[in-house]
Amino acid sequence: MAPIVSVQKLTKTYGNGFEALKGVDLDIEEGEILALLGPNGAGKTTLISIICGIVNPSSGSVLVGGHDVVKDFRQTRSLIGLVPQELTTDQFETVWNTVSFSRGVYGKKPDPALIESVLKDLSLWSKKDNMIRELSGGMKRRVLIAKALSHEPKILFLDEPTAGVDVNLRREMWQVVEKLRANGVTIILTTHYIEEAEEIADRVGVINGGQLLLIEKKTALMKKLGRKQLRLELSEPLTALPASLSAYDLTLSQDGMALLHDYQSEDGQGSVVPLLAALAQENIHFRDLSTRQSSLEDIFVALVGDKA
Amino acid sequence: MNFEAVKSIYMFEMARMRRTLLQSVISPVITTSLYFIVFGTAIGSRIQSVEGVSYGAFITPGLIMLTLLTQCIGNGSIGIYFPKFTGTIYEILSAPVAMTEILLGYVGAAASKGLIIGVIILITASFFVDIRIAHPFMMVVFLVLTAVTFSLFGFIIGVWAKSFEQLNLVPMLIVPPLTFLGGSFYSINMLPPFWQAVSHFNPVLYLVSGFRWSFYEIADVNPLISLGMIGLFLVICLSVIGWMFKTGYRLRS
Repeated sequence: MAPIVSVQKLTKTYGNGFEALKGVDLDIEEGEILALLGPNGAGKTTLISIICGIVNPSSGSVLVGGHDVVKDFRQTRSLIGLVPQELTTDQFETVWNTVSFSRGVYGKKPDPALIESVLKDLSLWSKKDNMIRELSGGMKRRVLIAKALSHEPKILFLDEPTAGVDVNLRREMWQVVEKLRANGVTIILTTHYIEEAEEIADRVGVINGGQLLLIEKKTALMKKLGRKQLRLELSEPLTALPASLSAYDLTLSQDGMALLHDYQSEDGQGSVVPLLAALAQENIHFRDLSTRQSSLEDIFVALVGDKA
Repeated sequence: MNFEAVKSIYMFEMARMRRTLLQSVISPVITTSLYFIVFGTAIGSRIQSVEGVSYGAFITPGLIMLTLLTQCIGNGSIGIYFPKFTGTIYEILSAPVAMTEILLGYVGAAASKGLIIGVIILITASFFVDIRIAHPFMMVVFLVLTAVTFSLFGFIIGVWAKSFEQLNLVPMLIVPPLTFLGGSFYSINMLPPFWQAVSHFNPVLYLVSGFRWSFYEIADVNPLISLGMIGLFLVICLSVIGWMFKTGYRLRS
């Protein structure tokens, strides 16, 4: 199946000379949830803004649903809903009016029943006649999501959707996302909260310095880059590692009370069992052991840290 | 053509006027009434007539133009500046809307508001002085053309402005002197020849003169020239906006 969004050799240099994107290639499959990770200023928002039509590309092309975002902007933008990072709202409008306005601007006939269900899904129904400025930050975030959903988009962009959002709303938001995914909506989100990407994304892309460093299935990524660490709490302190253990990737903690062993989780043979046997031979006893798998966050820090 | 979007933007802007009814409608009416009391009644009682028309009636077209210009520039500029300022412009830029449709929505609303207020002032004026309209059709043409042109001009200012100070610069600093020196309150025939010549460089002179002609058939310049000049401003504004849209100037980087 052709990708629903296809970004090719995309670059963007702003008027002040800042190179926000340096040749990004990215295919987004229909129906997937893609998380884009990257530090501030990595180019995430620029990338989204170009796909949505807010920023013009300097070179390269973006196809959405097979249409060019510049030439056939009507077709492409009709497919897309965007929830921006900043809480930009019409402070003096009511929730109902601002959400209905969004639907109209997207060229859709008024549909009060649909707006009602969107507002109810986001727990905004009781606030429908409130002015937006009377709402809390989390409520404003919901309004922005409701606006983006008001025209029934096939692709939803969530730019840092959970920045400054409490646990409750975050959970509700992921429920909405799950419901949308069940309806076949493609979802692209950028986030700083890596647990979030880990929890809900199908694929993860990492952007830094205007380049897409990698994009991979989350599970494959965790497998490929995920490292495991074995920690052995020793019964007696060690002053130095015996020479016979030099074949293993071992480090001794400062106080000599723990041994740390890094290993690939996908090692066919596995080095843990022979290591434990070797330790027994050396008469090194331990009172406890634990293993830890690296999180997406570790992977991310390692990746971005390397290139920085 | 995305009519639904044009309608949405237009209605959204008009809703703002309903919400701010007091500032939008009442204040220009009060201001104009004050002009009538001060210029029309207090000072005007000492001026018999200008070119055969009572002074109060003479200044009415100028006063309507003054309000129309201020309102259209103000509404046209704030309409597009405000979403830029708050950031809500992201939605309009990411919607399947052509720039011409955005323009139609905002400028249409600004011109409509200006026209509504212009008509209200005309009605207000009729309580103070005897109004006679010799060429009603041409009066409407002048009124509509001016409203559209200066709403477009306002739109340009709104796109250009980066702060509220800049936004207010033109309406506060440039429009009042041009209107006062454009023959709103006098016929330029009353001026010395040098200032008469200078006045011809003032675009507002053509608006006021043409508009006044449609009332009383007296004009400082030929009404056809007035019409031509308004048409010229219209074309200039449209060209500037065309360029802005093409380059994405301060809207789409």
